[in-house]
Amino acid sequence: MKKFFSKTYFYGALSMFIIFSAGPFYIMLITMFKKSHDLFNPLNNPFWLNEGPTLEHLDLLFNQTLYVRFLLNTVLVGIAVVVITVLLAVPAAISLARLAGRWGENVGIGIFLTYLVPPTLLFIPLSRIVSFLGLQNSLWSLVLVYPTFTVPFCTWLLMSFFKSIPKDIEEQALVDGCSRVGAMARVLLPLSVPGIITVVVFSFTLVAHEYIYALSFIQDSAKKTIGIGMTTELVRGDVFYWGALMGGALIASIPVALLYTLFLDRIISGMSMGAAKR
Amino acid sequence: MKTPRILERESVLAPLMLTPVALYMVLLVGFPFLMAFVYSFSNVTVGNPEFQMVGFRNFAAVLHDPTFLKSLLNTCIFTFTSIATVLVLSNMLTELLMREFRFKWLIRFLIMLPWTAPIALGAIGYLWFLDSVFSPIDWLLRTWGLLGKPGDLLGPMSNLYWLGRPDLAMASVIVVHVWRLLPLATMIRIAGMNSIPREVIEAAQVDGAGYFRRLFHIVLPLLLPVISVTVLFSTLFTFTDMTVVWVLTKGGPPDNSTQVLASLAFLKGIQGGDLAQGAAVAIFFFPVLAGVAAVVLRIAKKAVVT
Amino acid sequence: MANVHLAGIKKHFDGVKAVDGIDLEIGDGEFLVLLGPSGSGKTTLMRLVAGLEKPTGGQIIIDGQTVNDLPPRDRGIAMVFQSYALYPHKTVFGNISFPLTVEGMPREDIRKKVEWAAGLLGIGHLLDRLPSRISGGERQRVAIARALVRRPKVLLMDEPLSNLDAKVRHTAREELKLFQREINVTTIYVTHDQAEAMGLGDRIAVMHEGTVRQVGSPYSIYNDPQNMFVAGFVGIPPMNFMEQDGVILGFRPEALLPAEALPDKDCMRLKLLVERVEDLGSHRLVYGTIGKAKVIANHSFRLNLKEGDEHEFAVCSQELRRFDPKTGERIRP
Repeated sequence: MKKFFSKTYFYGALSMFIIFSAGPFYIMLITMFKKSHDLFNPLNNPFWLNEGPTLEHLDLLFNQTLYVRFLLNTVLVGIAVVVITVLLAVPAAISLARLAGRWGENVGIGIFLTYLVPPTLLFIPLSRIVSFLGLQNSLWSLVLVYPTFTVPFCTWLLMSFFKSIPKDIEEQALVDGCSRVGAMARVLLPLSVPGIITVVVFSFTLVAHEYIYALSFIQDSAKKTIGIGMTTELVRGDVFYWGALMGGALIASIPVALLYTLFLDRIISGMSMGAAKR
Repeated sequence: MKTPRILERESVLAPLMLTPVALYMVLLVGFPFLMAFVYSFSNVTVGNPEFQMVGFRNFAAVLHDPTFLKSLLNTCIFTFTSIATVLVLSNMLTELLMREFRFKWLIRFLIMLPWTAPIALGAIGYLWFLDSVFSPIDWLLRTWGLLGKPGDLLGPMSNLYWLGRPDLAMASVIVVHVWRLLPLATMIRIAGMNSIPREVIEAAQVDGAGYFRRLFHIVLPLLLPVISVTVLFSTLFTFTDMTVVWVLTKGGPPDNSTQVLASLAFLKGIQGGDLAQGAAVAIFFFPVLAGVAAVVLRIAKKAVVT
Repeated sequence: MANVHLAGIKKHFDGVKAVDGIDLEIGDGEFLVLLGPSGSGKTTLMRLVAGLEKPTGGQIIIDGQTVNDLPPRDRGIAMVFQSYALYPHKTVFGNISFPLTVEGMPREDIRKKVEWAAGLLGIGHLLDRLPSRISGGERQRVAIARALVRRPKVLLMDEPLSNLDAKVRHTAREELKLFQREINVTTIYVTHDQAEAMGLGDRIAVMHEGTVRQVGSPYSIYNDPQNMFVAGFVGIPPMNFMEQDGVILGFRPEALLPAEALPDKDCMRLKLLVERVEDLGSHRLVYGTIGKAKVIANHSFRLNLKEGDEHEFAVCSQELRRFDPKTGERIRP
């Protein structure tokens, strides 16, 4: 491989990819500190602060828009969905990994298949269900629906995690005086803390990423989550609060991206469905 | 610590622990899934929840609708071009990231950003990037003398109007989608590469195989399951997604030139309130879903056996 | 302490008869070894006693009580797994005290008991360490301490020495026997290693294909095998077999001696064609054929035998065991 990439070409190519991937975020960073006068002059260099930095856009974002509300809504929905996901997925994954035999394997694959069903196929019927339950324009609609995509994936991920814990240890706990449920609680769960943390982080980031259901179920500005809030409330006709928009997008993106990246490898191995393992 | 004896029995405990998930999935995925089919054969609207079945009328209407045909074509172009580009680029990016270099964590973080950050927010960055007046890309092109004066390569106008011209709008939507999907495809690819035992590649090296021979005879065949899973998932994901389109163009420039099936279903079903027609459009995802699911099922079965 | 009674125990997995009708009586304080090749059902039998598997048929009676329907925790047993199955997230103290904590014993009593068990096994200085921070031999002791701390009625051990290297294994074996004597706990011990079985067991149950082929003291298993399987499985090198007059004669390699060493009349004399000689220092193994049968002789005489030599060997009649060639069972006079 060395023959085909000399050091210069290597760093050149890598830089291209970095610029391609991170460029928009760099622009966000610059724009959020750019004075309006500088920003709205098409002749000025858009990649630099030509007239020094300003906090006017952030002031606008935090004090005169619903941005903080959007963030809060996202976090609230995120926490609720994480709790529901863990409560549903952990027992199911243990059951599939440990207790259920052949039919359990098929149920496991079945649960994974539901993960493939795209939101855009379900959003019309789900919008009816949501309004039937009187949840339209309520964050509860998202709490109800979001586990449809967090639960299958997390169950699958946890299942392979539980399978990697030797069965001996659980049987030892049975012999040492635990009941079945006791052995799970006292031995299996403490050993699967890393897997459960992965599931918590991943579910939370998925909630922060979600767009289509939120767009379909929520119209009330104060109930919007970050993704739809930013794209519908701060983009109004021709009036774009560009500085605030960019700042808001960046500030919300970075923590989510950081969390995701910390657990990237585990999430990816779950996503490739073990096809990467051999 | 005394628990009821009945909970000691696997035949009781296993279904008991599985029931909540199964129930939830049946009610909120299975049932809506069926409803989507029922709706597509009915005349249900938001105003008229007591609907009748109308047979294939929605499909007939949809198939005679030029907007639908345009959207279907757009979806196919969008999907095929994105996936093909992602495949090529991820191959290159994998080669780069497999090597050792400094600040690898930071660089990896930056390269993963488009996937790890919420796409709706990332796309907002592109709204500015592709703005009709202030686009930084246009500024660069003007600075390099490619745009803005008579005789320049890209024309005399000061801007390219990325999201205002049908062809450029479509290209923009595709680029943003590629931008978003590339990190994921690359990460899966790298995970696959790492799972190939080093000795296999070293053995090939000892046997005198050059880079391309190793790539085509050893690495790619071993990576095939990973690559096919990636392609399948990305295809399904891209075919049924509307986020990038919705944030950037809402299906426009006004003439549906970037309208895809998902956004059309949203327009008709959610915004227009015609649930039946919306569902009929969304049903066209089903063949793709079924195809992908069938292949995934085969791979999963094989993975279970081995 | 208790006796264990197994009556007609069966365990079938999807039609495979892992354990196929076993009757066994284990006395109070006895050390019983289940010996057999892999796949003979010995581990399954132990797991049935532990309650980790449900029997397809038969009864398991511990201390007079039928325990078939009791979960492991209510059977008064303790078990040492082959992998030791130490809880990786708990310290040595946490591991040993776990069975007592589950029982809900007061903290002070727990501490005393753990100290007693750790003292007995000489691991008192390791109590604060995590299992990943101690050696293989120490892990094995922790696993045994954890098993003993609850004073079980029955102690089950599944090849507890197989993960140790050869040197440690020998001392561990001796110590194991001492602990068992000291605690005087009824013990069932699974192994495929016959040296371990002979050295440890009060009695040995030799298992094959889900059945017990013979139960007896190490002496009787070795010297008085009931069938060709036991005769051939126990002993290194294994027993020699040759057919004569419609019966199979079996004799141990150390009973096959050069004729000059056995001048007695009451011996069977045999011509042995030498194929190979291994000189092992204290003794010599002579590989060869008598007629069509391949045999091995194990003796300590200085004979200068070479490949191709023919030499007269002899077996005393009291060393000969007769077996039925059809059933493989012993024919007793």
